[in-house]
Amino acid sequence: MAVQVEHPQFNTPGGRLDLETLELRLLLEGVYRQYGFDFREYAPASLKRRVWRRVHAEGLTSISGLLERVLHNPDSMERLLLDLSINVTAMFRDPTFYAAFRDQVVPLLRTYPFTRIWVAGCSTGEEVYSLAILLHEEEMYERTRIYATDINETVLERAREGVFPLEKMREYTENYIRSGGKRSFSEYYRAKYEGALFNRSLTESVVWAPHNLVQDRAFNTFNVIFCRNVMIYFDRPLQNRVHQLFHESLERFGILALGHKESIRFTGFEDDYEELDATQKLYRRIR
Amino acid sequence: MRELHDHYLVAIGASWGGLDALRTILKMLPAELDAAVVVAQHRSPESHPTAFRDLLGAVTRLKVCEAGDKDELRPGTIYVAAPDYHLLVEPGTVALSIDEPVQFARPSIDVLFESAAESYRERCVGVVLTGANADGARGLERVVELGGTALVEDPATATRDEMPRAALAAVPNARVAPVGELAAILVELCGAKMAA
Repeated sequence: MAVQVEHPQFNTPGGRLDLETLELRLLLEGVYRQYGFDFREYAPASLKRRVWRRVHAEGLTSISGLLERVLHNPDSMERLLLDLSINVTAMFRDPTFYAAFRDQVVPLLRTYPFTRIWVAGCSTGEEVYSLAILLHEEEMYERTRIYATDINETVLERAREGVFPLEKMREYTENYIRSGGKRSFSEYYRAKYEGALFNRSLTESVVWAPHNLVQDRAFNTFNVIFCRNVMIYFDRPLQNRVHQLFHESLERFGILALGHKESIRFTGFEDDYEELDATQKLYRRIR
Repeated sequence: MRELHDHYLVAIGASWGGLDALRTILKMLPAELDAAVVVAQHRSPESHPTAFRDLLGAVTRLKVCEAGDKDELRPGTIYVAAPDYHLLVEPGTVALSIDEPVQFARPSIDVLFESAAESYRERCVGVVLTGANADGARGLERVVELGGTALVEDPATATRDEMPRAALAAVPNARVAPVGELAAILVELCGAKMAA
């Protein structure tokens, strides 16, 4: 039986873009069904850029080519997972945020005998070490436990090692000073062959654990949750579900810290928080 | 699969000398412009948090905001990229990322233009203004490829001509005009809907 195939317009740029959108969806579906990692509700524009970076790094020419490779080759999936899940940040990124945390949140924490802090989506750990330094200087570190979680265990392992590029130390030192740091930043690391090795004492109260914000449930309750510039990679419905998770995981009067350009507005939880510092995106759970 | 928007999206990229050029354009845009405007201007993360937005807001009838994650794109509003974030366009909203700088720039004009082109296609207008690098050239190519319109500030009158020249090398057919004429061209391209 002869059938006629109607040719979609895949030779125009617009047609190729439609096809690429389809290929991206198939890739995410394949990754989810084969490996269980769910990126289907990530914001597409930045996700697509990261996927293309992996396509090119694998020497391939299309997203469906990458789908074929990751389905048959777990090593390639491992590399894609790294590309999709690493959010590199800087130590004391947004120094004004850390200054506000020191001035406004630390006094609240002093009123508790013991504090649990969750750094959700900690990636390579820049924020965890920054927070540990700050709490150490405020003499709060001894009575704090920091739970640092990330979807990616390879990344967590790297964070645990606490080695950061030496060439970043100048920028981090400037950030540290501007954040109100009380000592000399170089006291916290030693220059080694492989990079700047941060003091082991900074991780004594840190629990590193795998946790997937998209798929895993609440695992404890906290006085503070840090989730800065992680949810910008999620679409709105997923963001709102993660806010549900945070709301369940925060003690009453607990603090939620978001990135500078993120907001609690339109999440369905805006009435459950008050602004502790609107500019620095520090929120306090009130109900 | 395609999202349809009834308004246009104007994506503007500027670097060295951009503040004056932006003020010249925004001053002349009508509040009823039937386009959402997204702006990537290279600037230091240490700059004053609201000064840039306020300097633009002081001269224009459009609403100016620093783009927040997933802000809805509305006609008559200008969304300025925050320093140290990439600004991207999704159909109907903006999105942010802290991925590595592209060609040393974050925000990257190329990242903004490429995502704007892919989300708004023929309803996307890319505008390259003054600057001393080549950011925006690649993105402008993508705008035109997907049926959108390319506008470039006349290199002869730009404070720095490297960026407009690079854009013109990539898109030789782009429409070129002195900065003082760009606003009128945007109104001609996008139209100005009277507020209901």
